[in-house]
Amino acid sequence: MNTLVIAEHDNQTIADATKKAISAAIALGKDVHLLVAGENCADAVADAAKIDGVAKVLKADDAAFAKLLAEPLADLVVSMADGYSAIITAATTNGKNFMPRIAALLDMPQLSDITAVVDANTFERPIYAGNAIQTVKVSSATIVMTVRATAFPAAGEGGSASVEDLTSTGDKGISEYVGEELTVSDRPELTSAKIVISGGRGMQSGDNFTILESVADKLGAAVGASRAAVDAGFVPNDYQVGQTGKVVAPELYIAVGISGAIQHLAGMKDSKVIVAINKDEEAPIFQVADYGLVADLFNAVPELDSAL
Amino acid sequence: MNLKLQIKDFTMKILVPVKRVVDYNVKIRVKPDQTGVDLANVKMSMNPFCEIAVEEAVRLQEAGTATEVIAVSVGPAQAQETIRTALAMGADRGILIQTDVEVEPLAIAKLLKGVVEAESPDLVILGKQAIDGDNNQTGQMLAALLGWPQGTFASEIKPEAGNIGVTREIDGGLQTIKLNLPAIVTTDLRLNEPRYASLPNIMKAKKKPIDEKTPEDYGVDVTPQLEIVKVAEPPVREAGVKVETIQELVDKLKNEAGVLS
Repeated sequence: MNTLVIAEHDNQTIADATKKAISAAIALGKDVHLLVAGENCADAVADAAKIDGVAKVLKADDAAFAKLLAEPLADLVVSMADGYSAIITAATTNGKNFMPRIAALLDMPQLSDITAVVDANTFERPIYAGNAIQTVKVSSATIVMTVRATAFPAAGEGGSASVEDLTSTGDKGISEYVGEELTVSDRPELTSAKIVISGGRGMQSGDNFTILESVADKLGAAVGASRAAVDAGFVPNDYQVGQTGKVVAPELYIAVGISGAIQHLAGMKDSKVIVAINKDEEAPIFQVADYGLVADLFNAVPELDSAL
Repeated sequence: MNLKLQIKDFTMKILVPVKRVVDYNVKIRVKPDQTGVDLANVKMSMNPFCEIAVEEAVRLQEAGTATEVIAVSVGPAQAQETIRTALAMGADRGILIQTDVEVEPLAIAKLLKGVVEAESPDLVILGKQAIDGDNNQTGQMLAALLGWPQGTFASEIKPEAGNIGVTREIDGGLQTIKLNLPAIVTTDLRLNEPRYASLPNIMKAKKKPIDEKTPEDYGVDVTPQLEIVKVAEPPVREAGVKVETIQELVDKLKNEAGVLS
């Protein structure tokens, strides 16, 4: 019995999050097969075959899989699930969308967002917004789980996996892709950036985020936000760092005007170094910050900008 | 005669599953014996994402698109309060599937499938995840069991005759999909801002009917399949130092932490 990992990709390259999920899959001790379902995904398949630790790449190239919609993808995975004792994917919005559909079709429970592999059947995962860590043992015939990418290192390169073509299971046509509005940015992606600078309610407006963006561009950092800043309409939801948004663990996390609600801390407390800039010295963010600066952000951030 | 209903070329019945969870403002504590989280004497509320689901359903009803909104909950007797909250927000009636077992998402989805088969809704709106288990599974699992399409993490929905447009919060921005009805939608934060129930509506909600059921009524075994070995506190992160100036901060980041070059 082998382990199946479902890849996230843009038909060109395999996502970093998938390479991290592969590390979790390797820890189960079985052969790892990587499913690349997409449309005109030959380049992604070639990229997949080079990943260290992947024994076989399964290619499903069909218009039905162009956007990884849950309905056709789940049907495909269920059609090939025999022979796998574990099915794994990264806990991205795609993975979170399609994986429970696969689990239910297989009549298996799912583990969401695992952060550690204790042994081949036992895993850790955060609950209550990361305020408790649950250790769970799975005894079902197939382990179905999503992996919190920030908790695992990315699998390296150097493999030379074989490639097998799968027969498409098609699309029943109950769901249809209409369009996408992706945030256009030259900055790195939040979940893979080495440095993240985030703003909270203290930013007072969306326009004021330009002062963070200027610092971000000097540092090669991504820009994030707290849920409060998203709720207040300052920035779009895909900026959100926290339990209900993105979970990040960069080398350096700079929290600006963020009080440090539990739900935000859950999304960034595994960062290597945390800096907090807030004018309220009682703000809970200072309890997790390695370096705290009690100051008005509208003075401190421009000063930081010119100091870099 | 309801004029709104007459001029609409389509109407729908909506089912909204709701969960009773620890209030989102409560700082939870892990039990010393590591068997779980201490829920004794803790304030409980409706899961915030479920509130958004109820709100959306009630708005569709106010717009004349929905003919009936049914709130359903799986949980202990006290989950009735959670259903009352949904009724006070505007849902028409409730169903409580009572059990003291902490039911896993797959079994919840099987119970909800039973409710869907009995009630034949056109749309089921659920919260994307509950803030206790943080599983983010039930809606997708229900869609799978019913063979229905799913629109998860919705920030906007546009029902039409026979289908529904769903704008989804995805990692890089927004994605819009179109689903055949009946369908499953799960809510994300920006879908709407839930209302507070007014006192008259809270009073009115007390008279709205709640059906009481058990898992056995739906022939579903709710015995957990996953074994919780332990529940522990997360590693504590120590507070560091305060710096006085930006210059000192930059210096420490460069020379002490080594994260800036």
